[in-house]
Formats: sequence, C-alpha cells, structure tokens
Amino acid sequence: MRVETTETTGTPEASPQRGRDDDARRPAPVLQMRDAVKEYPGAPPVRALDGVDLDVVSGEMVAIVGPSGSGKSTLLHMIGALDRPTTGVVRVAGADLSRLNDRQLSALRARRLGFVFQRFHLLSGLSALDNVAAGLVYRGVPGSERRDRAANALARVGLAKRATHRPTELSGGEQQRVAIARAIVGGPAIVLADEPTGNLDTSTGREILDVFGALHDTGTTIVLITHDLTVAAHAPRVVALRDGRVDADTHREAA
Amino acid sequence: MSTLALAPTRLRPGDIVGQGFVGLRSKRLRTLLTAVGITIGIAAMVSVVGISTSSRADLLAELDALGTNLLEVQPQNNMFGDATELPVTAPDMIRRIPAVESAAATRTVEGVTVRRSNYIPTDESGGIAVLATEPNLLDTLDATLAHGTFLNAATGSYPSVVLGSVAAERLGITDLDGDPLVLVGGTWFKVIGILDPAPLAPDIDRSAMVGYDVGQELFGIDEAPSTVRVRTDPDETESVWSVLAETTNPASSSDVGVSRPSDALEAKAQADEALTALLLGLGAVALLVGGVGIANVMVISVLERRAEIGVRRALGATRRHIRLQFLVESMLLAGLGGVAGVALGAGITALYANSQGWMFSVPQAALLGGVAASLAVGALAGLYPAARASRLAPAEAVRAE
Repeated sequence: MRVETTETTGTPEASPQRGRDDDARRPAPVLQMRDAVKEYPGAPPVRALDGVDLDVVSGEMVAIVGPSGSGKSTLLHMIGALDRPTTGVVRVAGADLSRLNDRQLSALRARRLGFVFQRFHLLSGLSALDNVAAGLVYRGVPGSERRDRAANALARVGLAKRATHRPTELSGGEQQRVAIARAIVGGPAIVLADEPTGNLDTSTGREILDVFGALHDTGTTIVLITHDLTVAAHAPRVVALRDGRVDADTHREAA
Repeated sequence: MSTLALAPTRLRPGDIVGQGFVGLRSKRLRTLLTAVGITIGIAAMVSVVGISTSSRADLLAELDALGTNLLEVQPQNNMFGDATELPVTAPDMIRRIPAVESAAATRTVEGVTVRRSNYIPTDESGGIAVLATEPNLLDTLDATLAHGTFLNAATGSYPSVVLGSVAAERLGITDLDGDPLVLVGGTWFKVIGILDPAPLAPDIDRSAMVGYDVGQELFGIDEAPSTVRVRTDPDETESVWSVLAETTNPASSSDVGVSRPSDALEAKAQADEALTALLLGLGAVALLVGGVGIANVMVISVLERRAEIGVRRALGATRRHIRLQFLVESMLLAGLGGVAGVALGAGITALYANSQGWMFSVPQAALLGGVAASLAVGALAGLYPAARASRLAPAEAVRAE
C-alpha cells in the first residue's frame, strides 16, 4: 500500500527556513483546511467545527486558543489525522484526509505527525529511551537505529542523562520532555501539542514552552493547542477559536 | 505538481513480540496469577499422559522381560457345551514341535484342599488350588524361588509341596525355617519351596504344587493334563501358536484352547486408558477455565489501556497492529503458562515414576502439544479483546485517561 500525496511546492522537509516570505518560494503549507465541518451524530447533531479555514506553513509555530467547547479537541483530531471532516477539505502534509482509509491515516500519523499530550502518555513499562524509540516502531525501523535516533532526540530536549530512567522515576517536566522527544524523533512535518503544560506548574510549563521555542528555531513546525492565553502568547501566531469557527488569526513579528 | 509517495506503516515481527512482553512485564502479578490457570491445566494433562506412558513403558519392559513367547494350552468346552480333556499324549506331542523350547503339564487335583492343621475343616480351601506338576514348570514359566527348591523327579514321588507366593502368604508360611508342614487332603506334606510372584501365571501364585507321582498315588488323579504351558523360540511364537491345537489333539483340535498370558497383562494396561481419558478431560476443563480467565483479564486490560491504544494509534499503529498486539500478548500470557505447565507436568511425572520405581517417559508430542494447546487457547481467548481494542476510534482513545 502506498499513499499518494500531492505537494504544491516541494516536500515539507525541504523548506525548513521560516520568516522568509519575501522568498520567491513560499514555504509549503503543511496544513490546509478549507471550510472544514465536523458534525457528531446525535439529537440534535453537534457541530463541533463549523467551517474552518486555516493554513499553516512549514516552520511555523501556531497556538490555537479557545475556551472549552470551542472545537479545539475536534480541530486537534483533524490536524492529527485521527479523524476525518464531515465536509470540507483538510490536507495534512499534502494528503487529503477524506481520501484516506484507516491504514493510510495511520501511515500519515506514523511518518508526518508527532503528538504531545497533556498527560504525557508515556508507556510505563519502558525506559525514557525506549519510549522515544517507540515513536519509530510503526515505521518498521530496526531496533538499533531506533535507539540511536531516540538518543539523539533525547539530547535535543536536554534529557540525554535520563535515558535509562522509567517514566515513574521522572518529574512531570522530564516526562513531557520525553514525550516531546518521542514526537520529534521521526522528523515530522507537524508537531501537535495538546495542552502540553496543562499538568505542569508554571515554571516547569515555561521550560517546556522554551523547548518548543527552541525546536521552532531549528525549523520544526509546531501547532500548540491551549485554553491558556499566556501559553498561547509564546507562539508568534495565535489563532482564536470560538463556537467551531476561527474568531481571530494574529501574526506577530517574532520577538 | 510533484507527487510524494508515503510508505505504509510497518511493524516488525520482533517488535510485535517485544510489545507483548512489555505489556505482560508491566503487570507482573496479574500475569502470574492469570497464567497459573493455564499452567494447572497443561500440567494436569502432561502429567496424566506422562504417568500413563511411564506406567505402560514399565509394563511393556516387564512384559519384554517376562517374554511374550509363553503360551497356555487348555481344554475348552466342545460344540455341545460339554467339558473336554487334553489327550495324555499332549505334552510329548507339543515338545516335539521344533520351535518349542519347553512345555510343562499341570493337573488340577479336584476336591483336595491345603490346610495348616487338622482343626481347619477339610472343605475350607482358602482359595488355594492343588496342582500336580511336571518338574520343568519352573523353567518353562521362567519363575524364580523365594525359598527352597522346586520339585524334581525324586521329591515329586514323596509328599513334598511347593507353594505359590499367594498360597504361602495365605497359609502364613513366610520361609522354610523349622521345616513347615501342611496338610494336603489328609496327608502331611513337607514344604520344600516357596515361589516368587509369577506375573504370567497368577493361578500358580495361588497354588500348592505336588509331583505327578504323588498326585496319582495319593489322590488318584488322571494323567491327562489340565494345562500345558509352552515356552517357544521368541521369533516362532506365532507359528507355534498356529499349530498348537492341532498338535495337542489331532483328532479334535477344536476342543483345545490356546492363549497367551502376556496378552491379558497388555489388555489390563489398555483398560487403564479409560481412566487416562477421563483425567485428560479434566485437564482440558482446567485449560478451558484458564482460557476464560485470560479472556477476562485481557478485556479488562483493553479497558485500562485505552490511553496506550490512543498513543499507539497516534504513533501510527493501524487497527491490525493493535489487534495483533493484544492477540500476541494473550498468546504469550497463555504460552508462558503452558511452558510452566509442561515443566511442572514433566516434574510431577518424574517424581511419580520415581516413587513407583518406573522409568520416566513423557511423549514428545505431549510436551510440544502442551505448549501448542496453550498458545491456541491464548489465541482464542485473545480474539475478542483484541478485536475490541482495534475497534477503538483513535480520536476517542487519545482522550482517554
């Protein structure tokens, strides 16, 4: 099985530079949403997304912010290729989700997406290194190569010395760093973080946001989903969501 | 527009097994307790098969030692249902068959009992038969003496008696100290020998043997034998068997019955198989119950690990990968129980065989079959939980806590 994805301008990995909009080649959009609607069946049906238009280009760091019930979770599922829109178009890394079956969506997640969850969701039976390496398991990467790349990813989040520790032996902040390393180990087109600081105290949360900032500086595309405006303020671009629609989309000059 | 091919997800076989072990390792106590059910079932089945095989192997070894080349010739009722006799010439005729190594005739002495003293009524036999026998019975049976000597041409003419093992026990004679005497009919006989148990001739065990001459002289027995025991060349048993009736009584061979005592022992071993089958059935029930336990635990495990399933789906696992993961975990769980069960069953067999003085024997098929059966039970038990895990929508699973 092979998934055909169309690219408008090159591959996402091919254009890691950001902030070069004056360039003749605009960075490739890694996420395109056009009038995306998601309805959950019920009486009456719940319209969680009500016509969302959103573009994210490679190398961007975007915070999606909104109160609970604004459609954040549903948007996360769309961007994360965990679910398909009812109507409209969602393209992730060039692939139209509506045209993919479950196996193809899985392939897209395995090769183009990295997830960071609020509760870390590390596998308790595995060391930090093996947890990170698990991010490559579904690509069929051999074990030794997985561990090499996992060690590399752990070093990028500043946790090389904790590689052999089990999740229960790590602090919350350290566990979230392991989760971030797992998300980036495969070099994804988008890193998707769902309330990544929600379970951490303020100062640890700031450290985690700094990790994301550093990754952004090296060209990683990051979509941060949060209800917390102070968290959102760390991103150069903030998209506000309300009642399933994009309420505001503000680009700031990077600090 | 360029097109980019996105390779499908792929999970290495080694990783599938590895994941299963991780799943089991993170819940050690539960793994242990769940596997115990399978262990008990498999151990029960393996030990039942092992003990029955060891017992049979022992019996067959014993039969081999006793020899399957001993035949027994007896008269049988004729077509009118009347009792017949063997011809007086039968022993000599039989001895003339080339492949016959030896033949010994015995004659039951009817209406005569053996007693320790005068105070016991004459009609109280104690289940002991009196046999007049030729001296070569001992060699023909390949029997051995516990004490004393057997009858010979000389002692066979005097009131001497040799007791079978059971007969001696019933008479309370354990050895020849003090030259014990017994009353045979109305005459005191000297006990000159006591036999070891003779597995191929249980009737000899329960007999008191006297010489033919004495039998004729004191009890007036007929010379015609009631039984002729025939030891053949081991390779010629069948051919001797086929001519034995004809040789014994050329005039009326249908009055002659030929049997092989070792066949009866073998039949006894076969009869034990009914019990073995019953015990095997019980083991299978234990295995089934163990399988239900595994299914139960796996269903709970799927519910508990919704978050893990969500994470794995987010990392790119397909439904099939999730299904495989839980199926393999279930099989590993049962397989661990099965391996432990096979080891335990073999251990029980070894202990039991040792206590019985048997040689240890468990068929390889039982060992491999035990592990295979446990894996099959694990696969069956894991089917439903695995299907349930794979049906979980990824969006729903990642939200689970």
